[in-house]
Amino acid sequence: MTTAEQTWTESTTEVAGLGVRYLQAGDGPNVVVLHHSSGNLGWIPFYEALSRNFTVTVPDLPGYGQSERPVWAREPRDIAILVDRFLAKVAPEDVVLVGLGFGGFIAAELASMHQERLASLVLVGAAGLQPDEGEILDQMLIDYAEYMSAGFRDEEHYREMFGEEVAKEVRELWDFSREMTARLSWKPYMFNRRLPQVLGEVGTPTLVVYGGEERVIPLACARQYADLLPNATLEIVEGAGHYLDYEEPEALATLIAGHAGG
Amino acid sequence: MFIGYFTERPYQDQKSGYFGATGRDIADLGISNSEYDPRLGSELYNRYLDEKVYAEEMGFDGVMLNEHHSTPFCMGGVVNVEAAILARITKRAKIVILGNVLPIWDDPLWLAEELAEIDMISRGRLVTGWVRGTGRESVAHNAQSPFNWERFQEAHDLVLAAWTKPGPFRWEGEHYNYRYVNPWAKTYQQPHPQIWIPGVMSRNTVKWAAEHRYPYVMLATDLEPTKNSYDYYTEVANEQGYEAGTQHRSYLFKVHVDETEELADQAARKYVEGPSNPFLEGNQGIVRPYLQNLPGMTSRTNLLPTVTSYTQARARGRLQEHEQARTIEEAKAARSADQFGSYENQLDRMSIITGTPKTVIPKIRHVLEYLRPGSIFFWDGDGAMDHDDAMRSLRLMGEEVIPATREMAKELDLKSPFEVDTQTNEPIEQEEVVAAGGQ
Repeated sequence: MTTAEQTWTESTTEVAGLGVRYLQAGDGPNVVVLHHSSGNLGWIPFYEALSRNFTVTVPDLPGYGQSERPVWAREPRDIAILVDRFLAKVAPEDVVLVGLGFGGFIAAELASMHQERLASLVLVGAAGLQPDEGEILDQMLIDYAEYMSAGFRDEEHYREMFGEEVAKEVRELWDFSREMTARLSWKPYMFNRRLPQVLGEVGTPTLVVYGGEERVIPLACARQYADLLPNATLEIVEGAGHYLDYEEPEALATLIAGHAGG
Repeated sequence: MFIGYFTERPYQDQKSGYFGATGRDIADLGISNSEYDPRLGSELYNRYLDEKVYAEEMGFDGVMLNEHHSTPFCMGGVVNVEAAILARITKRAKIVILGNVLPIWDDPLWLAEELAEIDMISRGRLVTGWVRGTGRESVAHNAQSPFNWERFQEAHDLVLAAWTKPGPFRWEGEHYNYRYVNPWAKTYQQPHPQIWIPGVMSRNTVKWAAEHRYPYVMLATDLEPTKNSYDYYTEVANEQGYEAGTQHRSYLFKVHVDETEELADQAARKYVEGPSNPFLEGNQGIVRPYLQNLPGMTSRTNLLPTVTSYTQARARGRLQEHEQARTIEEAKAARSADQFGSYENQLDRMSIITGTPKTVIPKIRHVLEYLRPGSIFFWDGDGAMDHDDAMRSLRLMGEEVIPATREMAKELDLKSPFEVDTQTNEPIEQEEVVAAGGQ
């Protein structure tokens, strides 16, 4: 992939008076991907792989990256409401909603309030539930590099992705994203005790995917999601970490195509 | 001139192996309290209270307390308890809290009540001061860092309203909500105790303090940047249409006096060396930048300035050095280089002033002439200094340093906030000193 052969477009739409930027490419059924709490790095190979089978839309979540900050937002559910309104404009029905990590938390919240919009749901290393075993890794108490590298199966794969010295733009993105995450999910950190109570109502076909070497969100959460959602399939990608989209773009895209029939 | 006494009340555990010569490296928020010895804590709390009573006897105008959390360098986690005890066991000295960490209070109305009680028990001797706290304090009490500044300002407004506005009333704010504000406690001083704002050099805070005409207390910063901050305060004051005077400027600095130059040198080295305080300049405690600067503690923009793409980002840029967390190895290297922060270096910069009264007094004069503060605090008895070190210095301060400092201040016309009203710049009538407290 090079910037010279850009395959994707960049657009902005307005939701609740705020600009939301989104990247888009491909053809076929609508897939919308919600990014990690560390922000959207741009058009990564995972999106490119998905775009072979789908029309892929990747918004910067409100308050992240190039999307304006809803200063009033206080919890992930607020962002889920805004994303629902974003979908109303960009991909109003039969959406395959893919949530990565924190984006999975938003996606689950959205499904709990508006599943009629969704053809299917994919939760990848999703936050949102209080693990019944282990604890969610707290990014607020460690350095960015330590947090991000914990999302990979090992240090080597982290370096492969971000290099020996992480680029300044990426550090800025992490710093900026972390501030927004701190506004939304400071306490409790990365889960909502009210979410599991309503997931039983979500009949959307759901694929729950976690890496077998997950060190950010305890694997217990994968099982909890699969148990709570009545129509869920659980898939563990052996050897992979939290950032399946960075580490295993092709495998993840294939799993999603298999689940959503793109 | 107002002259106060301060020590940070370190948890001095000779056996812990945390500090200085013992060689154990420690990182902020990296020490388990499993090692805390409450019997030692008990001795230290009582020692520090005794020293403050003696400071009053030696003629200090006030005793200053500060607040930190989850750290061995300051035992003042519940500073208002110490202040309340001092309110009862001292008689004349002001009790200066610099300061309560406003944003970490989920219920600032409770703070308003506590401070009012302290002011009443002391019969009007409380000086209250408020800070935003470091990342450490936000972590310790899990206060949401992006809202630190908003919470600081709203808590300030709420406490002032609770003190000055007749209740009951409702408070429906952004961060605090009360259906019934009507504390059954009012401050002895009317309309309320003086509010001083301590800081290091955050422009935001200096500006805010100047806008409110609150005295700004620079906490042991180097002379030149301290002066720069005062100048900025003056600039904001001018914009606000008033003239900042000595009553608006306050300075805390390390001063230890002793019977001989040799003793003075031995004791003052303990600011830096030996058990506690590990985070005093020159000691080996390591602060983690990402904890000190939690997300949103300082203002960042609302929109990321550049469009980043994966490929662009990979191709460009290197880490800025200051963005990197300082590792233990790097900190060690900096220490062994023996440059900034060493004991000798701090003496040269007058970051530490020590000696016999004869050698110390001219240095204090230099500080007074250069900065022209209306109130000062001597920071002593800290680090590894023991009770005897603290008491020798306090006695000599009382016998020689304080009287000489008062003379110099008179000559230099340095007026404190108790001599000139910071809100009006009008002289304050001196009240008869009322013996308060333990009758």
